[in-house]
Amino acid sequence: MLEMFKGYRGEALTVLKKFNIRVWSETRVDTTRGNFKGIVLPRSENDDDRHLVLKLATGYNVGIAVNTITNMKEFGYKKANYKIPEKEFPMTKGKPNIKLFGTGGTIASRLDYRTGAVIPAFSPGELYGAVPELADICNLETEKLFAVFSENMGPKQYKILANAIGDEIRRGIDGIVIGHGTDTMHHTASALAFMVQNSPVPIIMVGSQRSSDRPSSDAALNLIHSCSAAAYSDIAEVMVCMFGPTSDEYAILHPGTRVRKMHSSYRSTFRTIGDIPLATVEKDNIKPLKKDYRKRRNDRNVEIYPFFEEKVSLLYYYPNMHPDIIDSLVDNGYRGIIIAGTGLGHVNKPVYKALDRANKKNVAVYMTVQTLWGYTHMFVYETGRDIMNLGVIPAENMLPEVGYIKLGWTLGQTDDLKKVKEIMLTPICSEITEREPYNGYLILQGGIPEVEDFLKHFHK
Amino acid sequence: MGVCKVNGENYTKTKKRVGYIHRNKAKTVTYSKLGFRCGLEIHQQLKTEKKLFCRCPAGFYQDRTDFDAEIVRHMRPTLSELGEYDGTALMEFKTRKNIFYWIKNSTACTYEIDDTPPFKLNREALETALEVALILKTSIVGELHITRKQYLDGSIPTGFQRTAIVGIDGSIPLRGKNIKIIQLSIEEDSCREVSDIGHKRIYTTDRLGIPLIETVTEPVLLTPDEAVEAGQYLRFLTRSTNKVRTGIGAARQDVNVSIKGGTRVEIKGVSKLRMIPLLTHNEAFRQKALLEIKKDLALRGLKKSKWKATSVRISSKAVDLKTGFLKKSLEKGYLIIAVNLPGFKNILSFFTQPGTTFANEISDRLKVIACLDKPNMLYSEEFEGELNMADLEKARKTLGAGENDAQIIFRSHEDDMKTALETVEERCVLAFDGVPPETRKSLKNGTTVFERVLPGPNRMYPDTDSAPIPITENMIDLARDRMPEEISSRFTQLKKWKIPEDTYTYILKCNFCPLMTRIISDFKASPIFLGCLIGHHLRYIEGHFKPSSLFIPEKLYTLFKFIHQKKLGHEIIREMLKVVYQYPNMDFESVLITIKYIPATKEEILSNVSVLKEKFREIRYSKDPAAEVAWIMGHLRELALGNIRMKTLRKEIEEVCNA
Repeated sequence: MLEMFKGYRGEALTVLKKFNIRVWSETRVDTTRGNFKGIVLPRSENDDDRHLVLKLATGYNVGIAVNTITNMKEFGYKKANYKIPEKEFPMTKGKPNIKLFGTGGTIASRLDYRTGAVIPAFSPGELYGAVPELADICNLETEKLFAVFSENMGPKQYKILANAIGDEIRRGIDGIVIGHGTDTMHHTASALAFMVQNSPVPIIMVGSQRSSDRPSSDAALNLIHSCSAAAYSDIAEVMVCMFGPTSDEYAILHPGTRVRKMHSSYRSTFRTIGDIPLATVEKDNIKPLKKDYRKRRNDRNVEIYPFFEEKVSLLYYYPNMHPDIIDSLVDNGYRGIIIAGTGLGHVNKPVYKALDRANKKNVAVYMTVQTLWGYTHMFVYETGRDIMNLGVIPAENMLPEVGYIKLGWTLGQTDDLKKVKEIMLTPICSEITEREPYNGYLILQGGIPEVEDFLKHFHK
Repeated sequence: MGVCKVNGENYTKTKKRVGYIHRNKAKTVTYSKLGFRCGLEIHQQLKTEKKLFCRCPAGFYQDRTDFDAEIVRHMRPTLSELGEYDGTALMEFKTRKNIFYWIKNSTACTYEIDDTPPFKLNREALETALEVALILKTSIVGELHITRKQYLDGSIPTGFQRTAIVGIDGSIPLRGKNIKIIQLSIEEDSCREVSDIGHKRIYTTDRLGIPLIETVTEPVLLTPDEAVEAGQYLRFLTRSTNKVRTGIGAARQDVNVSIKGGTRVEIKGVSKLRMIPLLTHNEAFRQKALLEIKKDLALRGLKKSKWKATSVRISSKAVDLKTGFLKKSLEKGYLIIAVNLPGFKNILSFFTQPGTTFANEISDRLKVIACLDKPNMLYSEEFEGELNMADLEKARKTLGAGENDAQIIFRSHEDDMKTALETVEERCVLAFDGVPPETRKSLKNGTTVFERVLPGPNRMYPDTDSAPIPITENMIDLARDRMPEEISSRFTQLKKWKIPEDTYTYILKCNFCPLMTRIISDFKASPIFLGCLIGHHLRYIEGHFKPSSLFIPEKLYTLFKFIHQKKLGHEIIREMLKVVYQYPNMDFESVLITIKYIPATKEEILSNVSVLKEKFREIRYSKDPAAEVAWIMGHLRELALGNIRMKTLRKEIEEVCNA
């Protein structure tokens, strides 16, 4: 499609061509509903082909139905140049050096005329232009690795990212920040937790729930918090750094293997599951909540394990599941299956024979719980014992998504199911914990007087 | 400013020079000389069950201190669609406000606090907006595009208002000319402010999201009176749909004013139309004053590009601690800063509005932009008694102050000082241009204070969270079917009915015309009687009595119907209305008993006349025959009400008395 008619097709394109009108031209449009004057904007590809978009002098956009147009006349041309003012990021001697990897997502984004939605944009100069506070925290270098939405992040990207992190650490960087879409941030976080081991510096993943093209965006504060944590935190682990409460107050550092996105749109969507978070971050004040974390070191002895087997699946069990679901995975060559079972780790009897078949075909099957909180306890009921007899291995309190990532990573290293079991059940970075603290499980129930009282006095 | 001496000599002198006169003394020519121009932006809430972009109930307000939860946000400027920053946005970012929202569960959900994207636009609201767009004769758009209008003051937690154009280029008739309507938009209402002190601003989220329509007129209103008339006309017009909210805050006006050589200044949030004349009058003269100041600065040979303020911190020793403002400031831990404004002698005390001078222009901005609560400064003419004069001289020397300079002293915390200094200098530099484009807040006394820099089209951005909504011919046709009669034809109708003009405002404001038409045709009511009953009597009752439950105008129809069926005279409705208004649920028979109605025939009533006539002649206090008739009428009025017409009664009494 010609840039000149960006986004227009069908009827609308015909009309533009008929009157010889380009996108970005200042145009007078006569219609049966009256006359309009403004700049013809590109149209989103997903919208219909029966309207033109016009930006009026007041800044408002309106749509004009093409079948009402009687005449159009171009009288000027003004192309938008959407660019965050770029300023060179100032380097201060003595400040920690931080590397920011860009993968896409809404942490830094701008308007996309093709889809009408926002697309990622990113450079240190742009970031400094938009969030000058960053220069008070650290010296920032950035590198764009991919420009994808988080749902398109996969094993290939995990490996590239892990290697890039390894290189930066060996080069002597003081901390790593990774900008990432929030939807699958916890998948990537756990992948990095397994692939990048024994890191001497913090590795912080960050994103935003409200795109940075809006004044109330959480992007700026998230960037400030994550850079601060990467530069000054003593915790050398893979972490997710996102809003604690929905208020613009402080961030929480979540362990990469115990974190999960828990709300489709809230700012404070990320929660640590089955444990408490590692720390809170408020401006330059990082307060650890736990004591037993891996400490920052001066050496550069990082270990990178960039492996991943793609033929692994995560199966969310539901009552009435038929065995053919598992059969088809096995028949399609899947080598590992994580089941998110009900309660303590259960599935129904009809799928038993499929599990047995999978076991006999050397498919690694592990059980996690869809309650998210709590451990698999497959000895409590007969069901659990039956299932284990079919070769299904309980994965303690590993989160289903983390189980999926870890199994993929493990099968990427070995075919030996005994070895696989050993790796799967040996905790690398708290994906399995020995103890669940009393305050690990915490879902506030709104409406109850004591919770309402809490909400009145503390920022949710 | 608290310590501002506005009755000073220079204030009086400059007020005279500007030519300020009392609003009552102003004539049309006063405004044509000034080159007065005014345009209106009328915001009217729509009467929908739910809010515009979420399913919260609309129209419920919380007590300002009653809330279930609080959240805090900060706003940052973002780029416009065309890649530019908006001036207002940048100014508001400087203010570094902590914005608190007080949320009540019953009126706000996660949408209000911007933790959920918008739901589909409320169709009910869109239908009403289309109806108004048609009445305003606008060109209706083919597709509604939801746009984000940036507001960084925090009045909307997202940092922008979702708004969309429904129609452009309409018109309304006003005194033989056509007033052009620039556009009609549909948008969500903003939060209500609770307080704004220092760096902390608090809002409630109850009003946020209520659907409203905004009508914008061209700036073609040439006097304050014309402005208020246009405002009234537009208010009648929206109310004629019967689908808009009424009551305090349901309709609010922004008034744009400029004079020749001046600039468009927007006076925001005028909730009462009758405030428009005084506000626009004062603004016109404020602009005139600023233009005079511009002239003075030019005469003094000052150059805008070279002009610079200098500043110095004043130590506590230099302040005479025995007195007022500066002493208190030091005690509270403020820094005291003196600023020299070269060539500004007598400018700070220059009249701007009744009770304010140019110094207020600076003080207002210090409050809004640098968050320095008032009183926040003193200026040269006010120094006496506040400062040790010897030390003042020293400070002047340090500043390099000359004979023709002026100084201000402000107080600030360390963190706000830089912004405060920039603010002072910026406002002074703007004085070289005359009138800076501003949004100003109206005060009860008819003057205004600075609210923010006037925003431009750069603060608009397409809402990427919502898809465009096609406005089909079918939707327009349906709206056309619902359209009420035009307001101008209603005026004609009222005139034809010969109803007194002083009732028009009330009748049109409350949209009584359709009801009146029905009562007149169904019950043969006299239009004049009905007009007065509503425009005088009901209006009086409404102002003096409180109904026990909601009084619905339709009640008036049922009341006429009742009287019609009982074959009583309409005059009794006057008496009944007071009771019906107060107790809308009382049955009409009981109302009759309450007002002591007794059925009586004409003969029964008139049989009392001769007795009364004799009594009057026995005790008479006046020889005037009219007094006699009035006295007898007085005694028979209650009995006659509803039974015979007063006019008939009078005639009968007159006949007996004159016999």
